[in-house]
Amino acid sequence: MIKTENIKKSFGGVKAVDGLTISFPEGKIIGVIGPNGSGKSTLVNLLTGFTPYDSGLVKVGEHTVLKKIKAFDISSFGITRTFQDVRLFEQMLVMDNILIAITSRHVFGSLFEKHKKYHLDIAEQVLKKVDLWEKKDELAHNLSYGQRKLLEIGRVLAMDLGEENGLHTIFFDEPFAGLFQEMRKIVSKIIKELRDRGKTVIIIEHNMEIIRELCDYVFVLDSGKLLAEGKVDEVLSKKEVMEAYLGE
Amino acid sequence: MEYFLHLTILIGIYIPLALSLNLVVGYTGLLSITHAAFYGIGAYAVAILMTVYGWSFFLAILMGIILASVVGGLLGLVLSHFKDDYYALVSFGFNIIIYSIFLNWESLTRGSLGIPGIDRPSFFGLELSDNWSFLILTIVGASLIYLISLSITKSSFGRVLKGIREDERALSIFGYNTKLFKLTIFIITAGMAGLAGGLFATYITFIDPSTFGLNESIFILAIIILGGMASLKGSVVGAIFLILLPEILRFVGFPTEIAAQMRQVVYGLLLVLLMLYRPQGLVGEYKI
Repeated sequence: MIKTENIKKSFGGVKAVDGLTISFPEGKIIGVIGPNGSGKSTLVNLLTGFTPYDSGLVKVGEHTVLKKIKAFDISSFGITRTFQDVRLFEQMLVMDNILIAITSRHVFGSLFEKHKKYHLDIAEQVLKKVDLWEKKDELAHNLSYGQRKLLEIGRVLAMDLGEENGLHTIFFDEPFAGLFQEMRKIVSKIIKELRDRGKTVIIIEHNMEIIRELCDYVFVLDSGKLLAEGKVDEVLSKKEVMEAYLGE
Repeated sequence: MEYFLHLTILIGIYIPLALSLNLVVGYTGLLSITHAAFYGIGAYAVAILMTVYGWSFFLAILMGIILASVVGGLLGLVLSHFKDDYYALVSFGFNIIIYSIFLNWESLTRGSLGIPGIDRPSFFGLELSDNWSFLILTIVGASLIYLISLSITKSSFGRVLKGIREDERALSIFGYNTKLFKLTIFIITAGMAGLAGGLFATYITFIDPSTFGLNESIFILAIIILGGMASLKGSVVGAIFLILLPEILRFVGFPTEIAAQMRQVVYGLLLVLLMLYRPQGLVGEYKI
């Protein structure tokens, strides 16, 4: 369970996240929506250690209270993420992009470790799932935009299978943006499967159709503040939400 | 024949240097311009321990490797605070500092006079005084470093190094403490360069600071750019090529007064042409 307590982040004079206190329900697909500049991506960056927050607290699980989050620590809480601008290891093979999410994190452990059948089996399973098995020996750099998004999602799946306890919470930053219908289907199937296996899936998304179809719960942000939260249909029919989106 | 032997030994000394720098620059993507400093630390440690303290070659070179690694670790700690251009500049500055120490700590290094009379290595009373036996030692040294490098690049650790080069921030999301990985490869490769330094000192039997300045760091960098970044074979090909090139130019017949300058011109020209037409180097795959 991830909770935030009054976290704040300003860039110069702009309050990107302005005292948010939210608690992500477990085992659900949660949408984070809001107009451009409402603080959605900043929130994900704060919660995954990519940007330090100015003040406030983040609680992970029952007992862990964090004043500061380091990016390399979040995987130990079972948290991971994807990026809006797809960040792959470009000049590495598709296969290596997956293997790196599974092999040893320890300096000395990794120095004396070569990937084994166990690692290759996970990679094969994942790459087949995201329809990239045929591309396993190509450089990530050579993939199409949609394939790149799928590879990034594949890394998340591999990480889940590779970790002893699996992942707990996954942030997807605009996973559907720029995808064709076919690929959208693959991604939404994966997201639903993750939820069905008990993971908390948090997606940032602009497309209301997708939000309605996928999400169990939704948070609406506006100017870094929480505007509304609740079940999708209830929230989307609220007057203030409509106004924030339509600017009336 | 003796001349050919000399060149082969030099190549054998430069291969570990190039391999070690390639692990840092080519694989990990850290533009370090300081490897000549570790090379020098290895060379000076061996020279001083053997001539002043009478240590055996084997113990002296072991100490040289350890000392270079320790200094590499300390520098790596400082460098971990920097990125990209600043990283290159700080490492550049460090090379100058170490060079100045070699030059000015006269009571230890004899400054610009250098250290003459370093013994050739000997094992169990058997001195490798002729060049053939020294060649065997160099081949053993270079092969050892090649095998270690190969094992690093084939391991999960090697994959992480490439990940750091490609996107260090994104890699941290998977739970990698990338600073530790960078520090470790810096320590390992500083030791490798230290070994090359020890070989050099006992081969030439004389060292002075001029061998371990910025020019040398840039020369090693040129070897790996030319041979191929992130390619172990490239490091070997680059070392052979850049050691032999000036020798080939010797036979072209430039007048002696411009021969040295022409060598520099040819180096520069080669690098420019390579960047334009083959940015991955002669046998490399990774494009800068």
